[in-house]
Amino acid sequence: MNALTQMATALTSGEIEVVDLTHTLDPDFPVIILPPEFGQCARFRMEEVSAYDHRGPAWKWHNISMSEHTGTHFDAPVHWVSGRDVANGAVDEIPTEAFIGPVCVIDCSEGAAQDDDFELTPEIIDEWEATNGRIPEDTWVLMRTDWSKRRGADYLNMREDGPHSPGPTPEAIRLLVEERGIRGFGTETVGTDAGQGMHYAPPYPAHYILHGNGRYGLQCLTGLDRLPATGAMLICPPLKIRNGTGSPLRVLALVPKGTS
Amino acid sequence: MSRRQSYDGVVVTAPFSTPYQRYSTQTAHYWLARALKGTLDAAGLRKDGIDGLSVASFTLFPDSPVGLSQHLGVTLRWLDSIPMGGASGVVALRRAARAVQAGDAEIVACLAGDTNHIDSFRKLLSSFSRFAMDAAYPYGYGGPNSMFALLTDRYMQEYGATREDFGRIAVAQRDNALRNPNALMKKPLSLEDYLEARPISDPIALFDCVMPCAGAEAFLVMSEEEAVKRGLPFARVAGTIERHNAFPDDPIQLRGGWAVDVEDLWSMAGMKPADMDLVQTYDDYPVISMMQFEDLGFCGKGEAPAFLRDRDLTVTGDLPHNTSGGQLSAGQAGAAGGFLGMVEALRQVTRNAGPTQVADAKHALVSGFGMINYDRGLCSGAAILTGESA
Amino acid sequence: MTDPLARPPKKNPQKVQTVPVLPPAFRSRAAMGLTAAAAEGRFKLQHCAECGAVQYPPRDACVSCLGLELLWKDTDPVGELIADTVVHTSPNLYFRRQAPWRCGTVRLNAGPSIFCHVHGDCLKGSDVRLLSRLDRAGQGVLIAIPKETTPNMADDPELRELGADPKHRRVLITDGRQPGAPALAKALLDAGAMTVFVGEGETWRPYPERSALEKMDGVHLMPLDLTDTSSVVELAGEIGGKVDILINNARFMRPGGVLARGDTAFARDEMEVNYLGLMRLAQAFGPGMKARGADGINNAAAWVNILSINAIANDPAYGSFNASQAAALSLAQSLRAELRPGGVKVMTVFCGPTDDDWYQDVPPPKLLPGAVARSVVQGLRDGVEDVWCGDVAKDYAERWRQDPRVLERELAGDMG
Repeated sequence: MNALTQMATALTSGEIEVVDLTHTLDPDFPVIILPPEFGQCARFRMEEVSAYDHRGPAWKWHNISMSEHTGTHFDAPVHWVSGRDVANGAVDEIPTEAFIGPVCVIDCSEGAAQDDDFELTPEIIDEWEATNGRIPEDTWVLMRTDWSKRRGADYLNMREDGPHSPGPTPEAIRLLVEERGIRGFGTETVGTDAGQGMHYAPPYPAHYILHGNGRYGLQCLTGLDRLPATGAMLICPPLKIRNGTGSPLRVLALVPKGTS
Repeated sequence: MSRRQSYDGVVVTAPFSTPYQRYSTQTAHYWLARALKGTLDAAGLRKDGIDGLSVASFTLFPDSPVGLSQHLGVTLRWLDSIPMGGASGVVALRRAARAVQAGDAEIVACLAGDTNHIDSFRKLLSSFSRFAMDAAYPYGYGGPNSMFALLTDRYMQEYGATREDFGRIAVAQRDNALRNPNALMKKPLSLEDYLEARPISDPIALFDCVMPCAGAEAFLVMSEEEAVKRGLPFARVAGTIERHNAFPDDPIQLRGGWAVDVEDLWSMAGMKPADMDLVQTYDDYPVISMMQFEDLGFCGKGEAPAFLRDRDLTVTGDLPHNTSGGQLSAGQAGAAGGFLGMVEALRQVTRNAGPTQVADAKHALVSGFGMINYDRGLCSGAAILTGESA
Repeated sequence: MTDPLARPPKKNPQKVQTVPVLPPAFRSRAAMGLTAAAAEGRFKLQHCAECGAVQYPPRDACVSCLGLELLWKDTDPVGELIADTVVHTSPNLYFRRQAPWRCGTVRLNAGPSIFCHVHGDCLKGSDVRLLSRLDRAGQGVLIAIPKETTPNMADDPELRELGADPKHRRVLITDGRQPGAPALAKALLDAGAMTVFVGEGETWRPYPERSALEKMDGVHLMPLDLTDTSSVVELAGEIGGKVDILINNARFMRPGGVLARGDTAFARDEMEVNYLGLMRLAQAFGPGMKARGADGINNAAAWVNILSINAIANDPAYGSFNASQAAALSLAQSLRAELRPGGVKVMTVFCGPTDDDWYQDVPPPKLLPGAVARSVVQGLRDGVEDVWCGDVAKDYAERWRQDPRVLERELAGDMG
């Protein structure tokens, strides 16, 4: 029995559970809002082409449209200016090995429940490591906030001064990238950065530091509360879009039974 | 003295009326053929005996009288189409008489008739005229009823006429119609019935309106010589007038083209209104009959209500009027409505009117009026027929 | 005086829907001039260029001098009602249903006698004023109204039939996020609208107009995003049967023409909202409105699009946006023809620059929300097809009529 057949058996038996970390693509799902004079992220849209009718008697299908960054999505290094020159920085170039790998989950849900602008700091990472051990190199790190359970206006949480949602400090993301060498960072919010991330130095530190270092981002994840702190496997292959800066995708996690 | 040439040597003969039908499944061609056959039979002629044809019809579409000539198999050297509705009888007579007089035709058959399908009145209205389409139908779509309602309203305001005054005309005509077996209306009409009738377009009510129907009328025009040779009773044409679009600046119609030509008519005929033994007005609505009495010189403008109040308009009365019942009681068979008075007058002065015969009828005035192009009737005409014994 | 129009009762669900039928719609080409004037709410008749004689009915040659140049000009609308009638029976289905219907003859001071519709408050023998209106068939007709205003004048059944008065009608305003939405909703409620539905997209994104809209009695906020077919279809499923007047005020605009933008992203958004949004709305709400054109006092009556005046002539400073406005205007023409069998009017409110963020660097005069709202309500009452809202729109329209090519150059700044 090789590793894969063992895994197949484990999947069949339910020893490994498959957890869906993806929001449904829905026209009314929020997208990031930039100042109006900037180009905007296209919402998911679906137009019926036929539905067993005069437009096509035996079949139903839709045309869909959206941004690369709509819904649960993947950010490639070329998404950010800091990553524009990174080798293999577009979604069609990224080595496929990157799309499957181990994942650590840092639970910030309690703090985020108290504070909309809750920050993931190096101290929190240190604390997590004290319990779960050092974050291994080339690992996906997800920041759990339970933000995915928010609905409507509470999700972007827009105020006069912009959105308010949790995210990592520049120091935290630097620690993860430069000292731990993580593969990528994911959140339940609309971006990898905090809602007020433009006020850090550099602005949007997660985007800036992750992509500048050839690392990946995942956002609008859901169901992180079903993942163990360590020991799960993340599967997140984006669509193979030429020169794509990101992609909507289906994100799955393989989780040992009893830990989800 | 009239400057106009007389109609000497020309006569009118062989009156024929088909029975009228409220609705017909037949075509105008059928009704016109029936009328042609009737007038030819009355004269003892075959159809190759005529060389002239005059046709008035609204429902011949897509044919014109040219198509009808082939349809009916008549070879002609003179053909006329009279698209003048209620004035078509007088106009057809005038033109045919001049053609015969000038030798352009020997014998002219004058026909008028229409069919009436369910819904054909509505369809006829919808394509009647451009002004009507642009400026009349979009406003309540009352058809001629509304236009005549307005001028009736105005006439009443201006001259103090009452509905009773109009009613007396309708009631007398119904009396006459009861003598006419061809008339559609068979029931007596009282003034009360008239006044209580269902409103159509105020102040016009049901018995102010004619009943559209199918039917046809015909007569022949030929030389007196020809008529005498064939032993046909005939009438002479003492005088005629014709006028179109008279008084265009009148804000609403209270007079017709007769008022322009009335003196010409009487002077040509050498007669006066009192000489008439009977009068056939064009009676699409009673108010129009009143205007004709005024404009043709029987009384002054606005005096018709009073004038008629003192007169008996029935066949046996002192001023027999619309002796066959007129359109109000006999029915309006489309363009044949413009022939109804002419054919009846011809029967009267040739003493062939049977149950509607006016005793000693010698002189008859026939008046025509037609074509509500927009807000008024545009065509008017009149003719005086004189019996041969006169 | 006119009896005030009672609030319509709830519909009897067992009654068959009254099928829309129209008054006679055919006209000669000349008579279409009356329709064109009525579409703007102007009383115009033909005047002979040679002798000045005023013509009616519309002609191809002067009735007075046979001059062939007959110009449609604003005309003194006052005259005397010299005769009237009430039509009780008609072979036409529309008037049969509408009977009794008052008509009359007005002798116009300008000359001709005119057969026209007559408001119930007009007195015979008195002076009246003629209005040009579009009837249910979308054709120009004339109606005599009293010279002085009478109580409840707008409730006269003939006058109401020739307009799309918001009174007792239910209105959908498609985009609550537009800065002018609260003023528009308020104006409609003030005009007697029974209900004002206001669509709002992306409720996950707050907007300042919401609080004002929420406070208004009679306003119902409904989820609606014109760029999302499913959202439009869903709302039509919910309220499509009770939208008597639809006011499409949605607008996506960004400055810029073709070259400076360098991409089609905003252009696509503009077309998604301004053009395809209109089409989605029309496909979802149009059939129901068309079927409800004869549905009693609160029948479906009008479809309103609020567009930029630059729909008729492009200002390159907003070149791409203006192209979407032109597209919407053209689509509205198609919609007008398609809704006509239902007797539902399509009205365009042409606006000059509005006083909002996107026209911030355009000099005044600029339109305030209240002005647009007043124009919409007045346009509905008058039942017109074109409303020129504000001085800029009126000025452009006038210049456009004079010469579209010159206006194009003027807008491009090619003239001093």
